Amino acid sequence: MNVSYTIAIPLIPLAVFLVLGIFNQKIKPAVSGYIGVAGLLTSAILSYYTAFQYYFIHGKEDGVFQTFVEKTNWMSFTETLHIDMGVLIDPISVMMLIVVSTVSLMVHIYSRGYMKGDDGYTKFFAYLSLFSFSMFGLVLATNLFQIYIFWELVGVSSFLLIGYYYTKPSAVAAAKKAFIVTRFADFGFLIGILIIGYYTGTYDFQTLTNPEGSIIANWASGSFMGLSILTWALILIFMGGAGKSAMFPLHIWLPDAMEGPTPVSALIHAATMVVAGVYLVARLFPMYYFVEDGFALNIVAYVGAFSSLFAAIIAVTQTDIKRVLAFSTMSQIGYMMLALGVSGYEGHEGVGYMASMFHLFTHAMFKALLFLGAGSVIHAVHSNYLQDMGGLHKYMKITSITFLIAALTISGFPFTSGFFSKDEILVAAFEHNKLIYGIGVFVAGLTAFYMFRLYFGIFWGKNTKYEHTPHESPLSMTFPLMVLAFLSIATGYTHFSEYVSPDKMGFETHLDVKLAIVATSVGLIGIALAAVFYFKPNNLSDRFAHAFGSFYKWTYDKFYFDEIYLFVTRNILFKGVAASAAWFDRNVVDASMNLIGNSTVLASQKIKKLQSGRFQDYAFAFVGGAVVLALVFIYLWTN
Amino acid sequence: MDILSLFVIVPILTILALVFTKDLKQARLVSMIGSIIQLAMAINLVFAYFKERAVNDSIMVFTKDLLWFKNFNIHYTIGVDGISVSLILLTSIVVLAGVFISWKMKDLPKEFFISLIVLSTGVYGFFISIDLFTMFVFYEIAVIPMYLLIGIWGSGPKEYSAMKLTLMLMGASAVLMIGIFGIYFNSNADGGPLTFNILEIAQVNIPFEAQKLFFPFAFIGFAVIGALFPFHTWSPDGHASAPTAVSMLHAGVLMKLGGYGVFRVAMFLLPEGTQHWSWFFIILAAFGVIYGAFSAIRQTDLKYINAYSSVSHLGMVLFALLMLNKTAWNGAILQSLSHGLMTALFFALIGMIYERTHTRDITKLGGLLKVIPFISAIYVIAGLASLGLPGFSGFVAEMNIFVGAFEHEDLFRRIATIVSVSAIVVTAVYILRVVGIMLMGPVKNEEYLSLPKAQWYEKLGALLLLIPITGMGVAPLWLSDIIYESLQPFIQGVLPY
Repeated sequence: MNVSYTIAIPLIPLAVFLVLGIFNQKIKPAVSGYIGVAGLLTSAILSYYTAFQYYFIHGKEDGVFQTFVEKTNWMSFTETLHIDMGVLIDPISVMMLIVVSTVSLMVHIYSRGYMKGDDGYTKFFAYLSLFSFSMFGLVLATNLFQIYIFWELVGVSSFLLIGYYYTKPSAVAAAKKAFIVTRFADFGFLIGILIIGYYTGTYDFQTLTNPEGSIIANWASGSFMGLSILTWALILIFMGGAGKSAMFPLHIWLPDAMEGPTPVSALIHAATMVVAGVYLVARLFPMYYFVEDGFALNIVAYVGAFSSLFAAIIAVTQTDIKRVLAFSTMSQIGYMMLALGVSGYEGHEGVGYMASMFHLFTHAMFKALLFLGAGSVIHAVHSNYLQDMGGLHKYMKITSITFLIAALTISGFPFTSGFFSKDEILVAAFEHNKLIYGIGVFVAGLTAFYMFRLYFGIFWGKNTKYEHTPHESPLSMTFPLMVLAFLSIATGYTHFSEYVSPDKMGFETHLDVKLAIVATSVGLIGIALAAVFYFKPNNLSDRFAHAFGSFYKWTYDKFYFDEIYLFVTRNILFKGVAASAAWFDRNVVDASMNLIGNSTVLASQKIKKLQSGRFQDYAFAFVGGAVVLALVFIYLWTN
Repeated sequence: MDILSLFVIVPILTILALVFTKDLKQARLVSMIGSIIQLAMAINLVFAYFKERAVNDSIMVFTKDLLWFKNFNIHYTIGVDGISVSLILLTSIVVLAGVFISWKMKDLPKEFFISLIVLSTGVYGFFISIDLFTMFVFYEIAVIPMYLLIGIWGSGPKEYSAMKLTLMLMGASAVLMIGIFGIYFNSNADGGPLTFNILEIAQVNIPFEAQKLFFPFAFIGFAVIGALFPFHTWSPDGHASAPTAVSMLHAGVLMKLGGYGVFRVAMFLLPEGTQHWSWFFIILAAFGVIYGAFSAIRQTDLKYINAYSSVSHLGMVLFALLMLNKTAWNGAILQSLSHGLMTALFFALIGMIYERTHTRDITKLGGLLKVIPFISAIYVIAGLASLGLPGFSGFVAEMNIFVGAFEHEDLFRRIATIVSVSAIVVTAVYILRVVGIMLMGPVKNEEYLSLPKAQWYEKLGALLLLIPITGMGVAPLWLSDIIYESLQPFIQGVLPY
């Protein structure tokens, strides 16, 4: 299969970005919207074409999905070590192409309505295209360094888009925070890459992840502090992934990132960029699985499980609807991570890996839908807070129905896509680790609860009096909602496991009825509880909040992680290290240089009195000197 | 006339022409024409170099030799390799950009442009010399006009800064001179005549004792201008007081003389000294990388931020040189070029902002993105380039350095490497701090709403620097091609020890 044309998928958005960026002032907003959508549409069509060709026609050979690579040398470090740029087509990269192009296209269309009348309309579309370019590049990366390059580029697009409303101090702070926290994580990622490059001599994914290859076979060749060096590298690389995917404890940037325009939150901070960490681990999965019997993979599992629980708890108490969704995203990504973490490799053993990718796929659709729905609501009531909403189902039929579908999907309601993908995750967890399974089930209940708290709180509950009667959003915004609602259900019926599995052979899956019943009932209990609390206005929730007392407060304040980080950065790094470095530089280093200068001046002032200009002084010095010299010579002579 | 001497002659002719100019308009026109010719010559040199290199595999090409002072065997010997060619190209770009940025120079324009061109003459001469003495002379020619440029056209405590900068660099020159004479007087170790010629000295086995003794002199003598910790303190004060174009030239080009000299003289001629002392200077350089970055976090004056940032970035150059392998060296040269372009761009932008708002205190500025979008947007891009974003030159350079540095397995160099890598985080902090406070946020001062937009000459100057930054970042291969070949003699000369 010739895949060289897929290079156009990232390059088209790049061209759009350059055109919109350079001719920013000269292009009419309406036109730039069309250019953006047209560019992405082309990329999307190419992606679908690739997916069709790959999955159904040319991809499989002897029952195994092939990997197609097209690459060129971009920069050489040494004779053997170099960075390639290119495209790599395999089951997961094609799946990601579909995810990214679909969601990005929907977000582009939606933004034409949502951002209408905004000053920076053209700039917004330029940034969106920049992001799409970077994300496509990340997905198609052929080697670790290429993925790192695009990893940084999605990071900077995220920075630009979070800080899109740059006159708002909170948006600026959030953008900075997101960039710096992920940069810190990337520091680990980079060290991991350097280790891999040095000890294995390649960055190439195909060589690295070949399960029969020498790199995996020789994982034990070097060790450091009791662990194999490759394990260290994988842990550090996972640090990068955890930063991008907002895993505990590097999650603090994601809630704040909601300062960006809502379409951005849907695209970057829900569906695509934040799952890059999951994608990275999946990309290197054979390494994670085989090196040191999956030591690093266990870390992935536990970090994922803990994050999913931690975030779900916080989500219950938040009142900013976008932040609820942000914590929900973190929680669902935790799900994907834990599924990867408990996965095996061959045949049906690989169900965790498959489930993780499946959930990534379905999650992208329904989470984008949730965000875009929330955006539609915010567009109508001009507020992010639950307090200002309620009873909106009367005014916004389409938004309300599509939001309900998304909420049901994320809660794992039977026969939605979330039901299928979550079921597979729980199957994988059940088979490998009961503790993680328990956490998974509990989180499923919590998810259903907070999601319906949100749904009832926005569309039902109290009958808020609005100053301006809210009305349904324009078609440009509701159309993507309807498409995504359809996809939220339909994606569940793809025979996902036949296409994506760690050994690339595909396998059959069947619904595990027992586990499905457990998960579904837990989900229904969550929904029922939410209905009791929030469907009709009442003070039950306040009483409960009161009963939980300080725990509620801790949860509401996100367990004070922001404060801890703030303390470390502000008081220790800024005031401690940076301020003392600056002080030291001025008062010690520079002062000692000045001291040298000043003492020279001082010394010369003392010495210059010798040059008095009076004849007697010179004569005295001359005679005195001569006498001293004579004495010295006589002394030396006589001895 | 040979292709290299023109780089000294054209500036001299420009200066002669400048003497006869009457006002700003004529002076800047003449300077612009002179600088454009230089840029054209530099680009031509790159192509000529490629052509020559294909048929000529000696260390230096386009060599010329004139006896200058017979008693001490001092020659005017010139020649270039890929490293000097790339630095000459950098110089010509920065000089032209500097002329554009000084388009509206008010006080004594003629004298200003003359001093500027004198400075560039020294730099060109330095890069083409392969005779230590001639090199040293050109070095002084480049340094001395700084005193006038800062003392006369500077701002703030300019006399103090000019004095400090000049004295520290002169002090370094004295140290350097000891180093150079140390090398010179040992250049007959194999029985030949005393010589200043670098290529000839490189063939001589200078006794280990002498190498050990003189390496620190040669190294520190050059490294002071390369802002080696703790000898960097002339730089923040000097830059803060210097006029825009001078800061650009000084940080962009002059500070590169440090790394170049360290590499070409101290390390190339004293390989055993390098091995012996490298651990000590690795500590200083790696510490400087992180120390400069942390110091930059707390500054409020834009020029101080950029000066400390230079300490950090140039610390990386020295660090990479001392890592003693091809990849790291390649990274060091790329980092020199990259930093030269970026820092010149920063100083140009700072100058534009200062000219409009009359302050460089970031706490007094805010929301500039709204009022001067072009300048601010370029500032953001320069910032992103500076923090090593892929697609810009800094990334390419840093990755070469890190990958090269990682080739050492011993714990000491590992730690030094990781410390240097951690600078990517700290750099992001101070860059985004400036972007956040100064460019984003609400407009702090009502008066700023009516600030004039960027003029054509300002845009031209900025783009002239930005385009190569992006070019290096997107297509790094062709530059590495120039440099890589020229590292071979260093590998044969320095590494075996």
